[in-house]
Amino acid sequence: MFVAPNGEQVFVVDGHTHFWDGSPANQLNIHGKQFIDCFYAYHTSLSPPEKLWPKEQFEKYSAEQMYNDLFVDGPDDMAIVQSTYLTEFYKNGFNTIDRNAEMAKRYKDRFIVNGAFDPRDGERALEYIHYMKETFGIKGVKLYTAEWKGESRGWKLTDANAYRCLELCQKLGITNIHVHKGPTIIPLDKDAFDVHDVDHAATDFQGLNFIIEHCGLPRLDDFCWIAVQETNVYGGLAVALPFIHSRPRYFAEVISELLFWLGEDKLLFGSDYAIWTPRWLVEKFWSFEIPEDIRKEHGVDLSLQAKRKILGLNAARLYGIDVEAQKAKLDQQVRVAAAE
Amino acid sequence: MRNNQQDDQRVSEVWARLALVTDPELDEPVTELGFVERIAIDDAGAVDIDFRLPSFWCAANFAFLMADDMRRAALALPWVRQVRLRLEDHMVADEINRGVALGLSFQEALREFAPGESLEELRETFRRKAFQRRQEAVILALKDAGYDDQAITDMDLKWLDRVTLGSADAARHKRRYLEILAERGLAAHAESRVFVTWAGQPIERLELAAHLRKLRGVRINMEFNSALCRGLLDARYRQGDAGAGQAAAADGGHCGGCGASCGKPRVTARSEQGGVAASSVERIETLPLDA
Repeated sequence: MFVAPNGEQVFVVDGHTHFWDGSPANQLNIHGKQFIDCFYAYHTSLSPPEKLWPKEQFEKYSAEQMYNDLFVDGPDDMAIVQSTYLTEFYKNGFNTIDRNAEMAKRYKDRFIVNGAFDPRDGERALEYIHYMKETFGIKGVKLYTAEWKGESRGWKLTDANAYRCLELCQKLGITNIHVHKGPTIIPLDKDAFDVHDVDHAATDFQGLNFIIEHCGLPRLDDFCWIAVQETNVYGGLAVALPFIHSRPRYFAEVISELLFWLGEDKLLFGSDYAIWTPRWLVEKFWSFEIPEDIRKEHGVDLSLQAKRKILGLNAARLYGIDVEAQKAKLDQQVRVAAAE
Repeated sequence: MRNNQQDDQRVSEVWARLALVTDPELDEPVTELGFVERIAIDDAGAVDIDFRLPSFWCAANFAFLMADDMRRAALALPWVRQVRLRLEDHMVADEINRGVALGLSFQEALREFAPGESLEELRETFRRKAFQRRQEAVILALKDAGYDDQAITDMDLKWLDRVTLGSADAARHKRRYLEILAERGLAAHAESRVFVTWAGQPIERLELAAHLRKLRGVRINMEFNSALCRGLLDARYRQGDAGAGQAAAADGGHCGGCGASCGKPRVTARSEQGGVAASSVERIETLPLDA
């Protein structure tokens, strides 16, 4: 729960978090080391200095720490925890659904655990989708189209076997498809952060929502053009949001561009925990105002209502969360915990 | 017999040539972005260029393009006989270094990274984005200087040539816009209109507002990426003592090659002195995140 300076209680769903193990003990090879090192470079280059973590803590943190950073010290009411396998880089995977689900079980009503699949697994991918639905009741998945696998250097949402997986998701009610179309974090094929495959998939699967994480950066312009044409395409603000600290004017331009093309109903807050912690992001976002000249130039405004939607209401809609009921439930839990 | 002064002169010449090479995604010189780590020369006219990128995972195609462009840029100097490029700390550094040294195409050097679209098509896409970004900067500078939409869309080459734009930045954008117009033959005559689409279609007065909105998206995207890349490069190579970097920059000793104030310490290591060892102590970046 984020309490605004005027006392308003703002419902926050953190749309993008991770519970990973990138420690040297889990690294399978140089790629595992370089992967977590690159995340750490994101962390150090865009965090305020007082929010920096030591490297060892960043590589592997406990469930307690995550719970505390998100919900006790942090302002989140709920968090979507994404699964990322990277089994070619990490012995036990980077953050598998099993690891996430085990953590989530300890903190009732706080986490939404999303799955992941790789359509290049063919038939096994379909079986795995069934397994995740039956075992964990997933409502969403996170897909990395640029992930390496054997000789393959990536895949597209429009590949035939990807379409079979998406068809199954639609059938089973796994409606939220988070797609990583972001900066160079994952080894990329020639142009795996190209966003055009989203366009076709979104047209062909009207029953699914496509949440494009990192708003297609570094192809924000292409992404905006696609998103404006597809009613079921959303933008996740992870990676874009931390610029609110280091380059607030640029952030103003980016959020203005997104508000202009997508609108306030199509954007989702995400801290990308543990790359960044949510507290400072939410505080800065809530008090952020687009400078007058940029607001005039773009003809948009980041109103308090827009902020409420971005911070929680939009994700609540996509995941079928009854905000008032959830607030009451969490409130009750906190009171019980305090009484104990 | 060479002397140190001549060496410095030649190293500066290489820096100046490399300042003409841009990152295709960002349309900014590789020297200004801080990608070039070290330049060394020897008596036989060989040039060693070490470079690095913001992350281990930076796209292989862009890395290859920049390496090849740098090799060609340095080779254009009359005294250069050989160029040895070395990309460091990158997922496919070996393949790229080998490919560029042997003059292979990207497809030959990195087959598994090059399905579908050719490198030339990709280069073309980013040339278009560079064109759009430069065009927007010039149009906005003209608006600032008081030109109205009609005057801007009517403007021809000889007119733009004569226009003096206030800031150094605006003047630089104008020069770079004129360069890319010439390169593409988009304004062939003195009377050709200068504000055209990438396909060469003149932009009419009533289309200008919508056109600018589109250009704005391209610019915001590119500037955002540029900030991200600078931040990552800085975080990746920053030494334990950040103060040392500041001190090195304050002492002067800018490389002087690209004319930018990127704060890169001057590097004049000579290969016979053991370039690798020399470069490691100079690996101090002071790229401002808010450049």
